[in-house]
Amino acid sequence: MKPKSLVNISDYGKEDIQRILKSATVFKANPNRDLLQGRVVATLFFEPSTRTRLSFETAVNRLRGRIVGFSDAATSSSTKGESLKDTIKMVSNYADLIVMRHHLEGSARYASEVSPVPIINAGDGSNQHPTQTLLDMFTIYETQGTLENLTITIVGDLKYGRAVHSLIQGLSYFSPTFNFVAPEELRIPEKYKLFCDKNSIQYKEYTDFSPESINCADILYMTRVQKERFTDLMEYEKVKNVYILHNEMLNDSKNNLKVLHPLPRVKEINQDVDDNPKAYYFQQAKNGMFTRQAVICDLLGLPI
Amino acid sequence: MNYETILSTKKIITRKKSPRGFKGSSRLMGKELQVAALENGTAIDHIPTKELFKVVTLLQLQRLENRITIGNNLKSRKMGAKGIIKVADKFFREDEINRIALVAPNVNLNIIRDYEVAEKKKITLPDEIIEIVKCNNPKCITNNEPMKTRFEVIDKEKVVLQCHYCELKIKKEEIVLK
Repeated sequence: MKPKSLVNISDYGKEDIQRILKSATVFKANPNRDLLQGRVVATLFFEPSTRTRLSFETAVNRLRGRIVGFSDAATSSSTKGESLKDTIKMVSNYADLIVMRHHLEGSARYASEVSPVPIINAGDGSNQHPTQTLLDMFTIYETQGTLENLTITIVGDLKYGRAVHSLIQGLSYFSPTFNFVAPEELRIPEKYKLFCDKNSIQYKEYTDFSPESINCADILYMTRVQKERFTDLMEYEKVKNVYILHNEMLNDSKNNLKVLHPLPRVKEINQDVDDNPKAYYFQQAKNGMFTRQAVICDLLGLPI
Repeated sequence: MNYETILSTKKIITRKKSPRGFKGSSRLMGKELQVAALENGTAIDHIPTKELFKVVTLLQLQRLENRITIGNNLKSRKMGAKGIIKVADKFFREDEINRIALVAPNVNLNIIRDYEVAEKKKITLPDEIIEIVKCNNPKCITNNEPMKTRFEVIDKEKVVLQCHYCELKIKKEEIVLK
């Protein structure tokens, strides 16, 4: 039988997500275990991503697994013209599980079809990055005690933001309310609004980063507004300082509010927010490790 | 290859036997016949003129050695102008013929036996399209690896496909054949 892989957040249903989050809680309480002793995990990073790679590799190391792989396509055989299929076939001879990041969209789905061992998609171009979604959801669950009926305000690049799109999909099982705050050019695409409508999810759209959208939120999810996304640079100049969070903007926010960000952050969260207890983006990044431990063990069928 | 393309409606072709059942492509226009009658095989009628050669590609007719008649810009009371394809002694499998629903979902498909319409068929778009459509995303893995493309048909009525790999949605007018 084909092994189950994690390619797209939609591969996981509500129960799968709940199971992963429960395991991540166990790993957070005790991340140093022997569960992967005698196992080899391959981390194939055809495109460099230090943060994600270190998170996966630390997750494996803390479970006493061994790691093989590469951190850059320049050091892989793909520079010699080897097909992805052949690389995956070869590596799956050696490893029990493959973590892969690739610049081409759909590469992880294809890898999962040709691989006899599970594949974890650590990002395929601008398509999917499902462990980011799971770590976001774990952080929301951890800080709010539930995933049900929360109000999530998402700010920044809602048009191209892969993390945002997957988060909407992942949270769709849990009756969320969304506030989408974005400049006109980077508004949430129509297909995600249709997705919300189809799943009876309430949402509001804002072009200004108003106190209203902050003060009603349980989670404030910030993302980068990148200059290169704008066709009209005048428009970028107009909005570049609009979607920046300053500490005083959190004064009237709810007590349970937490500020999240998939990182790296540039200017969109001012440094003065960092010391506010509502700032949770660094803990969120740390949660990535526990969530990835949960996903790896789940795909290998290891009881925790 | 026996390959006959008739682009003029003025050509008169004598039939071996008078067609009774299949009128679509062999209708007598006064004394003119638009396209030769078929003894046995498949006649695909009412093809939109702009889609005719795409249908030829989708059915991979260039690979067949059967006698093939292709007519285009023929007069049609229903459509104004239409295309017709007749393939002698060929009865397509359902998955072969259903491919053409991508570009011409409303064609008339007639199975001819002994000059008679033995069966009229409707074509339906399959749930999945493998290999024949190209993904429009240059960063899709299917455009960078020696592999088959695969699309799920997510809206059969409007003809919307979604790449199984990069998840790009492609509308009917954006479809590019491989």
